[in-house]
Order: sequence, then structure tokens, then C-alpha cells
Amino acid sequence: MSAHSVTSSSGSPLHAIMAEFPNPAVVSHAAEKIRDLGYSKWDVYSPFPIHGIDEAMGLKPSRVSFFAGAGAITGITIALLMQWWMSAVDYPMVIGGKPYFAWEQYLPVTFELAVLMTSISAIVGMLALNGLPRLYHPMAKKDRFLRVGDDRFIIAIEAADPKFNADDIRKLLADLGGEHIDEVEE
Amino acid sequence: MSSIHPDQAEALGLVGKRGPGAERDPETIDGTITDDPTRRVPLVLGNRDFHSVTETICGWVENKTPNWWFPAFAVSNVLAIVGTVMILFLIVTGVGVWGLNNPVSWGWAIVNFVWWVGIGHAGTLISAILCLLKQNWRTSINRFAEAMTIFAVICAGTFPGIHVGRVWFAWFLFPIPNYNWIWPNFRSPLLWDVFAVGTYFTVSLLFWYMGMIPDLATLRDRAIARFNQKVTFGPMWAPHPLPAFVKKLTTVSIPANKIASYFYGVLALGWRFSSRHWWNYEKAYILLAGVATPLVLSVHSVVSFDFAVSIIPGWHTTIFPPYFVAGAIFSGFAMVLTLLIPARALYPGMKDFVTARTIENMCKIITLTGSMVGFAYIMEFFIAWYGANPYEAEAFMIRAFGPYWWAYWIMMFCNVLSPQVFWFKWCRTNIVFIFIISIVVNIGMWFERFVIVTTLSADFVTSSWGYYAPTWVDILTFVGSLGIFMTLFLLFCRFLPMLAISEVKNVMPQADPHHPMYHKDGHHNGDHHHASDRSEGGH
Repeated sequence: MSAHSVTSSSGSPLHAIMAEFPNPAVVSHAAEKIRDLGYSKWDVYSPFPIHGIDEAMGLKPSRVSFFAGAGAITGITIALLMQWWMSAVDYPMVIGGKPYFAWEQYLPVTFELAVLMTSISAIVGMLALNGLPRLYHPMAKKDRFLRVGDDRFIIAIEAADPKFNADDIRKLLADLGGEHIDEVEE
Repeated sequence: MSSIHPDQAEALGLVGKRGPGAERDPETIDGTITDDPTRRVPLVLGNRDFHSVTETICGWVENKTPNWWFPAFAVSNVLAIVGTVMILFLIVTGVGVWGLNNPVSWGWAIVNFVWWVGIGHAGTLISAILCLLKQNWRTSINRFAEAMTIFAVICAGTFPGIHVGRVWFAWFLFPIPNYNWIWPNFRSPLLWDVFAVGTYFTVSLLFWYMGMIPDLATLRDRAIARFNQKVTFGPMWAPHPLPAFVKKLTTVSIPANKIASYFYGVLALGWRFSSRHWWNYEKAYILLAGVATPLVLSVHSVVSFDFAVSIIPGWHTTIFPPYFVAGAIFSGFAMVLTLLIPARALYPGMKDFVTARTIENMCKIITLTGSMVGFAYIMEFFIAWYGANPYEAEAFMIRAFGPYWWAYWIMMFCNVLSPQVFWFKWCRTNIVFIFIISIVVNIGMWFERFVIVTTLSADFVTSSWGYYAPTWVDILTFVGSLGIFMTLFLLFCRFLPMLAISEVKNVMPQADPHHPMYHKDGHHNGDHHHASDRSEGGH
């Protein structure tokens, strides 16, 4: 991470440079500029998902769908195999004159397990892709960052970014309308 | 951005028009009731900014417990304890303490189970189906309704669990390897029910929790900001003022904010409002809404199979699944209104989020689903005659004119007639009246299940007919389940964010980065067009 080993003004390793923006319009506009300048390790923090911020930041389509799809297939497979093995192989018993593997009657359980596995894997996948749960993050040290869940919009460009240059970034964030530009120590 | 979208201009205009005088307008109530379908009414009133939304919703959790809460919690707790004692009494004695007989081997337990599961349908309907239909008014009630769903399903799940008689064998419901080398019968609707209700509970809980993660993070950050402020409980029992040394002895200071920051911090999983996270989060949310939509429709269908797949006259009908689902949504919305209307009156500022329009929309859904239920009742009767099956016809005649005629006509009055009042504007804008109707609907839906279950009392052979009446244990168990429900609900109101803070903010006009209010001065316009021709092309 600290290939450049960037340090803050006090000499400790630097995580990022952050700036506060007054509203979603300004922060989206700033995000578009930062995207166009080719930065890769940076983030926009906002109290709610800003409409169109994915475009403004140049985010790729979310991969949560793959987790959900894998969950659905797993659920269907487990359900059908389980019912087939339990009702037709391990404990075959004629009930209501139906075949041992009466697949029509196995559909409700198959559907329910597919929904269950899809939901669990979508949420687990979402958390995994986001690197959560996480006990600590350098941004959490900043008092101003505690207001991001309320009404603040913050952009932080990380020191790990290959194009990182503290002076350029300070100037860039100020030009884009950023206020309270500050260093975030690791 | 020279042209302003008419929707945005309309929303902006309406927000601007609102003032203190608009509170008691007989026509528009709080400014949100309009007969003009081209007008888009604001979803959040009171000219609020993001900060005031956070302050109000978090305030319900962070401020001093309101005075009404303690007596309400005490009463709910007493009822919950009564219910728990009744369940223990049942377990140590046996199901004979209930009024069950032969032929009525399913009594209040199954009535209560179906009633509670039905109530539990509103939450996921509001969060999933209304989400897919982009009904933004749902954002102010979805958290509330989802919580209600989870607590209702907890109450529902209790009844089949204790109905098995030997509760210690309840694990036979699940396909667990056992020493008898037997497996459950996957061709039985009763087993489908285990999977349907189990899945519904798990998915509803996950959906509710995932929706709450950002709001829990907001509460965490606010608790951290007040980290070192202690909360002091003064002497509540003694007359004031007290001598200083007594005061010192009886005053308790606890680091409440420190505890809260850990409590919400653990639950928030380290959420930090990153847009990269929001992007995955929204995808997961919409996927969950997508799979929860057929789930909502499937759960009560499967519950109805418990009846419809049997060969009892009056149960063995194909109309059961759709009619159970409509009834479930009907009763669920009624229960949401029963809880929401008092909460809206008791919590300061809640009326700005749960507007008269939101309540009106819910009334319309009640009328729609109530009409479906009414249609199903009449169609059932018609088919009983038209189908020319004497047992079916007799079952329905006994329902309407037999020993349980009173239950049938209570059901018809509460479920068929009462929801039709919402065709009148006065009825769906008068809060007290809506509250009364919501309770009437809850009663009616309970009687619907009672009418269906007591069909058992008239068996095929007249010699095996038997009248079913509940015992005091049946009644107190049901009352106890209401107590368990209310206890959980009051705890939710006290400790968790009752409204979805981030979702409410997201439907406010300020949240839209392309809103004309941000482009009035023309300062950003040129830059904006230049930098974002990619995103502009998508519009």
C-alpha cells in the first residue's frame, strides 16, 4: 500500500487527503473531474447513494449479481438433491400413490431454498466486495468524517493512488469547491 | 441545463408553497392530498434539510424515553408473560388444555398462526414490491413495516411449534439426520410450510437488517461524537429538592453514549458511507427486492396449501392461494396503520415523513385487496353452488347459516363492507376513522381464518359433528402473543431507527444532483455539460 511511503506534515504515514463538499451536485461534478484526471484509489462519501454517482466516478457494474446467481443455483441444486435422496433413495415410501421422485411436489421447497440462498449470498457477497465487516478505518479518526452519515459529502484521494501528489490534490480539491481540506493519517 | 424537467419544477414549487398555515387545510390536509394526478407531492414536509431529518429520526432513539413508553411497555410485558405462562402450562399439561376436539383438531392455534403470518406480509410487500414499482412514498414506512413483519412472523412461528403437542419433538419438522432413519415427507404442504415460513422469516430479517446498516452507522457516529458525555439518572422516587449527600447516593451516571457507540458500532459492521460500497449495496438491495417479491406471494400460497391440498369440503379449492395472498396484504396494511397512526401522533416530527398522502395510499391498497377478498368470498359461494358438489354446497351453507353464522357475518362485515368506505375522500383522510377501520379489518381477518378452520366441525358423517369452543388457555395464549408482539415493537421504537434515514434523504429534492436548485446561477452549467456528456447521453 505504502509503495510511495507518503508522509503527512507531522511525519506519520498518510492515508489520504480529504475535502468536504456542500451538496450532491458539487460533489458529483468534482467526482467527474477526478475520474477524468485518471485517479483510481479515491472515494466519495455521502449519507445516501447519490443518483448517478457510479457514472460520475466511473464505477464498473457491481459483481453482487454473480454471488446472487451462484446462490440461486446452489439453492436449487441442494434442494432437489436433498429431496430426491431423502424421499427416493434413503427412505422410499409410497405416499398418496405418487412416484418416489415426484418433482412437482418438490418445487415449493426448491423455490424457497433458492430464494433463501440467493438472499444470503447477495448480502454476504455485498459485504465481501465492500470488505466488511471492518473494525477500523483511518477515515474514522476524523471528527468531520463523523458527520458524513448526517449531511456531509466528502471526497478522499488515497496516498496509495499511483498519481498521488499531495500539493496537486490539495489544489485540485480546492478548485472543485472542496472545503476543510485535510490530511488523513494512516 | 437550460430546460427544467416539469416534475422537478413541480416538486420545487410545492415545497416552496408550504407554510405553517397549510397544516389544517380541509382540502389538502397537510398539503399532500391532491386529486390532480399530474402533480407530484413532496414526500418530506416542513422544508427540511438533511441535517434536520437526521436530528428528528435519531432523536427518537437518543432523546429521553417518552413518558407514555413505560406504561405501554409494562402492559405489553405483562401480556407477554401471561402468554409465556400459558405456553408453559400447555407444555407441562398437554394440548388437552385447549378446546380442540375430534373433528376440530385445528383450533385457535392455526387461526392465530395464519393471522400472524398474514399480518407479516405487509413489511416485505412494502419493501420489495413497492421498491420494484418505484413507489417512493414507501421510504417513510418500510422500516416500520419490516419490523412489524419480523415480530409478526415470530408470533406466528410460535403456534405450530407448540401445536405439535410434544414440543420436544418439534425438530422432526426439519430434515435432520436421526436415529430412526426416517426423513420428513416432502410431498406434504405442512413441510412446505416449514420451508416457506422459515425462508420468509430469514429473508425478511436479512432485508430489514441490511436496510438498517447505514442508519445504524449514523447512530454510531452520533454516539461517538458524544462519546464522553455521561447520562445521569436522578432520583425519580423522592420529592425534590434533596439534600446534596442523598442526591449523590441516588444519582446514577452511566456511560450511555459509550455503550451506544459499541452497540451500534458492532451492528453497523464498519459501514462508512463510501460510494463504492453504496454501489454494491444498492445492487444487493434491488436483487433482494427481486427475489422477495415472488417470496411474498409464495408464502401465503403455501400456507393456503395446508388447507387447499386436503380433501375437506370448503378447503379443497384452487381459489385459496390468490385469496390468501390478497387477504394477507389486506391485514398486513391494516396492522401497519394500527401501529403507525399512534406512533405518528406520539413521536414529534413524524408527520413530516408519514404524510397524509402516505396514509391515503395505504387506505387505497386496503380497499383494493379488501375488494379482492370480498370477490373471493362471493366466488367461493358461487362455485359451491355451481360446482354441484353436495358436500361443498352444504359446507358453505353451514358456514353462513350454521352454528358459526355469527363468525361468518362478522367476517363479511369487517372484510367486505368496511374497506369500501375508503372510496370516500373524507374516510381516507380522517386519521381517527382510518385507525378504527384498521382495527375492524384486523378483527375481520382473524374471523376469516376462524371461519375456515371451523369448517372442520361439520364432518362428512353427521354423527361425528362437533362444536368447537376455545378455552381460557386458548384465549390467553392469543392475548399473550399480542403482548409478545407489542413488547418487541416497543423495543424496536426505542432502540432502532424507526424510519429509513438514508432512504428518506434519497427521495428529497435536494438529493438529486441534477435538480434545478443546484443550477440556478449558471456557474456549474458550462462545466457540467463539458465534463459529463457521457452521463447526459443516458438521459
